[in-house]
Amino acid sequence: MLIKSKPDILPSEITPESVFHDRRRFLASSLSAAFGVAAAGLPGLSGAAAGDGLRARAPEDLARSAPAQWWNAKFENISPAAHEGGFYTAEALTPYRDVISYNNFYEFGMDKGDPIANSKQFKVDPWSVSIEGEVEKPGVYTLEDILKPHDLEERIYRLRCVERWSMVIPWVGFSLADLIKRFQPTSKAKYVEFLTLFDPSSMAGQRARFTTIDWPYREALRMDEAMNPLTLLAVGVYGNFLPPQNGAPIRLVVPWKYGFKSIKSIVKIRFREQEPATSWNMLAPQEYGFYANVNPDVHHPRWRQDMETRLPQTLLSSSRIPTQLFNGYAEQVASLYKGMDLTKNY
Amino acid sequence: MRLATALRWIIFGMSLLPFIVLTLGAVNNSLGPDPADTLIQETGEWTFRFLLLSLSITPLRNLGAGPRVFPYRRTFGLFALFYASLHFLIYLLFLLQLRWSEISEDILERPYITVGFTAYLILVLLGVTSVKRMMRRLGRYWKPLHKLVYLVNILALIHLSWILRTDLTEAVIYASILLPLLAYRVYKYYIGKTSRQFHSSTSS
Repeated sequence: MLIKSKPDILPSEITPESVFHDRRRFLASSLSAAFGVAAAGLPGLSGAAAGDGLRARAPEDLARSAPAQWWNAKFENISPAAHEGGFYTAEALTPYRDVISYNNFYEFGMDKGDPIANSKQFKVDPWSVSIEGEVEKPGVYTLEDILKPHDLEERIYRLRCVERWSMVIPWVGFSLADLIKRFQPTSKAKYVEFLTLFDPSSMAGQRARFTTIDWPYREALRMDEAMNPLTLLAVGVYGNFLPPQNGAPIRLVVPWKYGFKSIKSIVKIRFREQEPATSWNMLAPQEYGFYANVNPDVHHPRWRQDMETRLPQTLLSSSRIPTQLFNGYAEQVASLYKGMDLTKNY
Repeated sequence: MRLATALRWIIFGMSLLPFIVLTLGAVNNSLGPDPADTLIQETGEWTFRFLLLSLSITPLRNLGAGPRVFPYRRTFGLFALFYASLHFLIYLLFLLQLRWSEISEDILERPYITVGFTAYLILVLLGVTSVKRMMRRLGRYWKPLHKLVYLVNILALIHLSWILRTDLTEAVIYASILLPLLAYRVYKYYIGKTSRQFHSSTSS
């Protein structure tokens, strides 16, 4: 059905995620102007309410409970990332509701609403990640072991989908680089490959009869891309545990690349000498390259890439903003591609 | 007779239902975070559904439903044009945002848009020539001209398949309805041909 009634949410609960919206700010200022009331310090609420300096918290009625007990302790200490270095943006956040209900996760179906609808029973505990390939300490590690030494931080990244829409999302996670160092890649490790869980019994999309994806979904980064401090392993969003449709329990977030590089529900990390095959490149090499860096100048046969629609939109507010080279993270990552022809290595 | 009139209104109202539901969704802003995208998908699918409905009328008539279903061939064809026009309008207003300089890039560089646009132009031509006056004016050219609707359906299927990127289930569903409808025409054509040959050979 197309017509959905909105669940009741107290204004106080949605404030933290929406105080940065211009509309609300306009509303507050016009209200205070009209009635002579101070706007009650609206913009300060998000941090004050949580008391931890985080910008965003999932609304209570939509917040998830921990997949297992040990997650709670992990999530008690989330610190906001530095505001410099690309880890933070003051842009309006995409509301939690949209972040968790508008997803491309073909393992759970093709439509944007499929992942949230089809992943309700998805189990993320127990979970283990297999570390393989050109590495000193290979092995199968439980997720608890994977996360143990890492402190979680909130980072606010732009997410640019190749389908021409974008969001601003407060992730919770830690740098992939910190994880990689623990397993001590050998000198032969030139690439890092990631694989999503393959489990057709719990992932309906993998049972689809007419799919052309060769499951499991796979992605990869060059070693220097993987080691860039911006490259994030996320385990949460909006200060809360990652929902299955967003890639629970652990996913990659590479903010300067199109969204499909940010692989979800990772079960395998393989260090390799040769460039690994990646899912979308296998499907349509003329459309999707290995690098998939956000680039307004590289044309795409399906969507314009020089503009993007920042979600959420209404029909009347529907407007496009210019897409930036490397999604606005050029300062942090442009040096990785020095001397490369980005129109050939798209 | 009165039943037929009532039925006509019911079918007309039902054909408008998707439009009403989508309009309400747009007004209530309940079409998700990217309403333009929802609208373009929905109107596109309804276009295809009405094209297929229109295409199924002739076989229905021949297979026993009789001449009373025949007017719906045009009704459904015009509803297909209606939803296709909404589809195109939403593209112009919300996706292209009336940046006319970009339309040529879209039509030339993006094959699925090229195909969809072509299909739409043909459908407009068929819609314009569907009125009685045009039928009379075109005379014996009307029928061959309106055979282009088969091409419109094939282009619509290509348009859809090109948009779907990996899971072709939807395209397979539409194709499994379209192909029998087209096969029926091919079958009729050959039956007609052999019976014509039969008649001409017996008469000579």
